[in-house]
Amino acid sequence: MTVTTPLRALPVLGPNRALKVPSTTEHTLDNGLTVIAVRRSSVPLVEVRLRVPFAQADLARAALLTQTVLSGTSTMSTVDIAAELQKVGGGLSAGADPDRLLISGNALVDGLDRLLEILAGVLTDAAYPAEEVDTERARLVDRIRVAQSQPSHLARVALLKRMYGSHPYAVQTPSPERVEAVVPDELRGLHGERVHPAGATIVIVGDLEPEQAIAAAERMLGKWNGGGHPAELPPAPALEPGPLTLVDRPDSVQSSLRLALPAVSRRHPDHAALQLANLVFGGYFSSRWVENIREDKGYTYGPHSLIEHAVAGSALVVSAEVATEVTGPALLETLYELGRIASLPPKDEELEQARQYALGTLQLGMSTQAGLAGLVSTYAGFGLRLDYLAEHAAKLAKAGKDEVAAAAAQYLAPARAAAVVLGDAAKVEASLAALTPVQRASES
Amino acid sequence: MRIPASKYPVERFTLPNGLRVVLTPDRAAPVVGVAVVYDVGIRSEPQGRTGFAHLFEHLMFQGSENLEKLAHFRHVQGSGGTFNGSTHFDYTDYFETLPSNALERALFLEADRMRAPRLTEENLRNQIDVVKEEIRVNVLNRPYGGFPWLRLPPVMFDTFANAHDGYGSFEDLESATVADAADFFDRYYACGNAVLAVSGDFDVATATELVERHFGDVPARPAPARPDFTEPDLTAERRSSYEDRLAPLPAIAAAWRVPDPVSDLQGYLPYVVLAEVLTDGDASRLVERLVLRDRSVTSVGGYIGFMGEPFAVRDPTALVLQAHLPPGGDVDKVLRSVEEECARIASDGLAPDELSRTQARMATHLLRDTDAVLGRALQMAVLEQQRGEPELLNTLHTLIGEVTEEQIVAAAAQLVPSRRAAVEVIAGGAK
Repeated sequence: MTVTTPLRALPVLGPNRALKVPSTTEHTLDNGLTVIAVRRSSVPLVEVRLRVPFAQADLARAALLTQTVLSGTSTMSTVDIAAELQKVGGGLSAGADPDRLLISGNALVDGLDRLLEILAGVLTDAAYPAEEVDTERARLVDRIRVAQSQPSHLARVALLKRMYGSHPYAVQTPSPERVEAVVPDELRGLHGERVHPAGATIVIVGDLEPEQAIAAAERMLGKWNGGGHPAELPPAPALEPGPLTLVDRPDSVQSSLRLALPAVSRRHPDHAALQLANLVFGGYFSSRWVENIREDKGYTYGPHSLIEHAVAGSALVVSAEVATEVTGPALLETLYELGRIASLPPKDEELEQARQYALGTLQLGMSTQAGLAGLVSTYAGFGLRLDYLAEHAAKLAKAGKDEVAAAAAQYLAPARAAAVVLGDAAKVEASLAALTPVQRASES
Repeated sequence: MRIPASKYPVERFTLPNGLRVVLTPDRAAPVVGVAVVYDVGIRSEPQGRTGFAHLFEHLMFQGSENLEKLAHFRHVQGSGGTFNGSTHFDYTDYFETLPSNALERALFLEADRMRAPRLTEENLRNQIDVVKEEIRVNVLNRPYGGFPWLRLPPVMFDTFANAHDGYGSFEDLESATVADAADFFDRYYACGNAVLAVSGDFDVATATELVERHFGDVPARPAPARPDFTEPDLTAERRSSYEDRLAPLPAIAAAWRVPDPVSDLQGYLPYVVLAEVLTDGDASRLVERLVLRDRSVTSVGGYIGFMGEPFAVRDPTALVLQAHLPPGGDVDKVLRSVEEECARIASDGLAPDELSRTQARMATHLLRDTDAVLGRALQMAVLEQQRGEPELLNTLHTLIGEVTEEQIVAAAAQLVPSRRAAVEVIAGGAK
């Protein structure tokens, strides 16, 4: 093949615009609810995120509560709630994880008061009617059954168990049997005990003055109250490296490869350097690992490596779905790239490219109402505010090659990984065992 | 509730080489969206080359006139941006979101591959492997893979263009050649067949000059004539079923042809609204009846076009309903209930507020999709390509608000079994 000389030069970048962090207005109501409002006028809408601490909530009850909290109050039915929200172009939905209950919604901006009024009705007066609970319980069981047929879910279940042992993070999806046993009184009990404003945060982002948003929250949610007590999780346990856990999925045409590695919280001094090290390794498309196993070898479509933050601990998770016949070779390349970044410093241009990406995408994440609302709410769950972004950007800009290499050596070393593979064990076990000790998962 | 308008400014022009350009400035955040849309999609694939439009999309990322393999990704991400591309029935798009100081770089990258992608045997073989893994992830290794977007068209349509598997068979993918790719590029990737849209933080005069600088000397090649993909409506029900060995629950999808989205927008819009009246949220007809009252389904959804993009698809297309059933559920009963609910709308009309609240919610969804600069660029590019009318983005939610109850009633009366194509998933993974 002939080598073509470039005819045209890549344009240089324009001057870097300083990170523009939107200003936030914050007010804590008498009942303990923290309201954070941000104006963004791009579209005549408003986004709302209510985050209520939910650590130690029973898994099956919490899951069913998210499916029934909008199923009626003493004055409104499920259909009334949905129809009244629609009238202001609105909608609400609820979800839970081991740290928090999150109720998310949006509406035409003039509908904010009505959306919050309905939300307040639900928070103070959710009825958990027996009929609706029966319906939603059966639907939740069906959804869990569908999830259990998906390789990504099964790999996640196995990985969490491997990472967290007996910590509450180890199991994040309830069994159908546990869900089937939940009764409405237990939902009312959980709601009464845990869905209260102290420690909760509501984020309102949209096309209105922050003071107006805070006043609306005060008007509509000021009377929300509740007993109960805060609960905390113990710190997540350290990862235990050891044999690779192999979960059999007969006839699977791909293997789900997962490696968990240690990571640190957003506030830790190593965080920026670790983020950059992860990017160079596999945290974005233009990384060593993705260029290797996708663009060179064609083993996989969408490999990714991500730092996951939870309140009780952080971890770095490396994920790829690879063809069954290349499962061993894909693990080999993954261990090689981890070993390489943990042992040798990155090249200057690799580090600069990762740094630009990390800094640029900070800006992209804040450029929509929904993105901004999600970011502010997530940070609030970790006791952070948007000004953290400016500090973090400064650390990303400053982190030197030595720091990044040190973070890589400490956190990305393959010897520290807890690995899980879900796949056709009969076909992949031997090739995996050639590289690392393998242990079959016990039946769960 | 009053539905607010959006007022995104729109500048349109056509370069001497035929490239159509849409600029929509917005200085609110220091980011830009860049989209290039080519008027070729799954429907244009040659016989024996199923999946080729998508495979070719992958090849457009493998280097170009002045760029080595991997350079495109590195230049976008090394500027702090993100990128992707996607293949649809009627078009293929390529796009980036970047900090606004990287606008010129993004234009350079798009122009370079519009001039000449590097189509090599090595890159082709590599990307065939990658695409096969993509199909395994999204279709073969999971329950309900390709349901219903790959499963309904072959039931509803007769011609290869409309009916074939858009992801492609492994056999067809593996037999693709570099010569096929070169032909495909020559035929469809002409700048006269493309639209460039840029949205976000830029000055129109500067951006115009940058577009001219980078795209002005892309050789002029005319757009190929678009084939006629028309097919007659169904006159009798079509029904098919297949077993999904991984699926734990039965499922059903049904589709009905709708008026031409481009040439008959007024006739088409009522169907777009009807899909939401039937399925958007707990207060919609089918959720209330099937999920909450009868408990005959565990979820139900409805949308237009097999990819759910009502304003980025051409004729022939369809209104699609899909539902998952509880274990042992009866799909015929579900289809009968859908028939009853449509007949009920046709005979009794809508409840007070039912239409207006659905329209208000649709306005929120539409406005929300345009909040991201990239969403705006992509939608305007396709509106320019298919309709010559990118500014329609500012009025779609208003037009939807003007749909009347009479129009909904008339549309519901068309959703009868004799015009229906349906496909059933038999739960091979039920325990």
